Amino acid sequence: MNSNLQSYLNSTISSAPLAVFRIGFGLMMCYGMIRFWAHGWIESLYIEPSFHFSYYGFEWIKPLGHFTYLLFITCGLAALFVALGYKYRIAIIIFFLSFTYIELMDKTTYLNHYYFISVLSFLMIFLPAHKRFSVDSYASAKAYVTTPRWTLDSIKLLLATVYFYAGLAKLNSDWLLRAMPLKIWLPSKYDLPILGDLLQLSWMPHAFSWSGMLYDLFIPFLLIYKRTRWLAFGLVVIFHVLTRILFPIGMFPFVMIVSAMVFLDSSVHERILSFLKKRIGFMHTYFPKKEITPTSYNGGEQPAAAIAVVSFILFLQLAIPFRYLFYPGTLYWTEQGYRFSWRVMLMEKMGNAQFKIVNKETGKSFYVNNTDFLTPFQEKQMSFQPDFILQYAHYLGDHFAAQGHKNVQVFVDANVALNGRLSQPFIDTKTDLYQVKESFQHKNWILPFHDEPK
Amino acid sequence: MKKHLLFLLAACTIASCDTDSESVAETNADSFNRKALLEHTADNIIIPAYQDLAADLATLENSVTAFTANPDNNSLLTARTAFFEAYLTWQYVEMFNIGKAEEILYAFQMNIYPTNITDIQNNITAGSYNLSSPNNNDAVGFPAVEYMLYGKADTDAAIVAIYSNGTQAAGSKTYLNDLVNQMQGLTTTVLNDWTGSYRNSFVNSTGNSATSAINQLINDYIFYFEKGLRANKIGIPAGVFSNGALTTHVESYYNPAQSKELAKKGLQASVDFFNGTSYNDAPAGESFANYARTLRTNANSSDLTLAINNQMESAKTKLATLNPNFREQIAADNSQMTLTYDEMQRVVVLLKVDLLQTLNINVDYVDSDGD
Repeated sequence: MNSNLQSYLNSTISSAPLAVFRIGFGLMMCYGMIRFWAHGWIESLYIEPSFHFSYYGFEWIKPLGHFTYLLFITCGLAALFVALGYKYRIAIIIFFLSFTYIELMDKTTYLNHYYFISVLSFLMIFLPAHKRFSVDSYASAKAYVTTPRWTLDSIKLLLATVYFYAGLAKLNSDWLLRAMPLKIWLPSKYDLPILGDLLQLSWMPHAFSWSGMLYDLFIPFLLIYKRTRWLAFGLVVIFHVLTRILFPIGMFPFVMIVSAMVFLDSSVHERILSFLKKRIGFMHTYFPKKEITPTSYNGGEQPAAAIAVVSFILFLQLAIPFRYLFYPGTLYWTEQGYRFSWRVMLMEKMGNAQFKIVNKETGKSFYVNNTDFLTPFQEKQMSFQPDFILQYAHYLGDHFAAQGHKNVQVFVDANVALNGRLSQPFIDTKTDLYQVKESFQHKNWILPFHDEPK
Repeated sequence: MKKHLLFLLAACTIASCDTDSESVAETNADSFNRKALLEHTADNIIIPAYQDLAADLATLENSVTAFTANPDNNSLLTARTAFFEAYLTWQYVEMFNIGKAEEILYAFQMNIYPTNITDIQNNITAGSYNLSSPNNNDAVGFPAVEYMLYGKADTDAAIVAIYSNGTQAAGSKTYLNDLVNQMQGLTTTVLNDWTGSYRNSFVNSTGNSATSAINQLINDYIFYFEKGLRANKIGIPAGVFSNGALTTHVESYYNPAQSKELAKKGLQASVDFFNGTSYNDAPAGESFANYARTLRTNANSSDLTLAINNQMESAKTKLATLNPNFREQIAADNSQMTLTYDEMQRVVVLLKVDLLQTLNINVDYVDSDGD
């Protein structure tokens, strides 16, 4: 092995940032689960719908009826255990599995930041984030004051990838020249105090588009470079707080702000830990004070295996967003290779899809009332995403065939508007979708898009 | 280090205050006056239409009282004329399912069809009923009155006979009067709310939230166009959602000769509301047509208002070619009904997809996080 690489892998840094990150991550995720429940979303998104949109290859993952609540409880508790650093390895594995299961239940709710959390929690399985300021550390009476440099760097690299790829995705004519979709989104926030009027200025969408693009592309470097680190962190806070004010994006801004703290100097984290330590001093009434031996962490029992897995995940993150290059057509239109690529809040797309059930022999037909089968949210998401349309067409075909309809064909008349262009026909109305199989192949029944962004 | 951060935050706050004070005057120029839209809609469309409906229902009440006091061919025809006049006016208010109308489920008690003649007959026989019960939604309102005036027998003479010397003459008279009184009462409740306190809270509710009046208004309008107009009046009777046509679902089933009239009014009311055409004599005012035009011009997007109006015009043209009697049209050539439905569906696409995208309103039915 290259000696530079070897010395990098052997080098260590303070373990405080990793411990602080673990605590912040666990607490936020635990809160996220409670918040999700409190909004009634477990019921409305997973229990009420009679039909769920699955990911290709994961059709076997379904909501569990009322046991879905148990799934969220498990996930929330696992997150809390992660924060406490109690049975960390098991806790983070359970968190990863339950969280990812939740996300795979219905792709209607797909969000990049949920995907980010799945990837991040998988990564964390291989990081020794519980070796300091944790129950595990207390129990073993050992605290590792240092950790291999790569453990923290892997989180930094994942974050940098998210930002940088989000920035790359913004390098297109719709975003930069037409200032779309911000030209639609920003003026509609007219009712915000102070900001509402400012957002009406005609140059504002362009200013937001360009600064958003520059922010995403350069913030990783500004965070890494020591002299600009605090400035960059300030920008992170401002940027995410602003997006929180402008858009309904839930926890994501806070997740990013807390995550970005890993870039800060470890002295900050040491201070946070000593602050926390004072706060929980009362615990010693219940748990006797122990002499905890500070040691240096060597990377665990299987450092090479962990490094290999972590490298592989990070490599995948760099590669997966480019899979769209294998598909013909306009990415925004066909969305083939759109997800899992950090294309965050990039387009304004809406559709309307009217399905027709035809008897192939008699030619008799009728339209489907989508509200009979889908929740409004599902219908909204289905109407402009081809893979949703296909899955729903099959569901309808099966449904009506089971009802005794003969020679069932399923056609759709779908129209979609993208970034303020007038709506256009989306799917070939002559393709019997019931005969089309889902695959990773190009979906040639998506009609070509006119006036594509460059 | 903390100082740096504080300084940065402070600098940004100061900067934003600066730009704010110098730009307010400028910004109002390119933002649309939503309050004017709501004022115009309330003062020149909704309230005058309700007033007209209330007046029509008062006329209907008089003529129905006269008819039940003295049932003959003349009084029956007078009552029918008054009835249909009110039914036409109703087409202008059905879309405004907002405020008190939404609260008291007004539309559910005014125009659910097909009406349920078994329920009506049972009510008459029982002699006691709660007309505002949800179970009676399909036994009240315009369709029920229509059945009482047009559908109780095959000929006018036979209908008059039912009210003058039928076995249930008294019960039928009472039921007919009760139906009209009920409609009047509900309409007065809604109208009084509008002319009372609601008008002011309505016109000031211009925010972009799921519950603001401006968003509710456009949501209700689009819902009406899709459901009340496109589906109920054309699509469902034409059988586009079922195996074969459902003639009994024609609006004005017992008075089929005028069924197209109602659909035409519903479509005209939709065109008028979109363009801010006043119901009273006032000139046209601010409208969603203007709102969309302003936003699309600001965003350098194509003219959506024109596209919507053109498509509405196509729907009107197609509708005009239909037989005035939808029952006959469905029996003779149902495909013409389907083609009319298709024209209306194209309007729905422009409203639900393009207009909602342009307005970027907070939709009331989707509640979850975005990216």
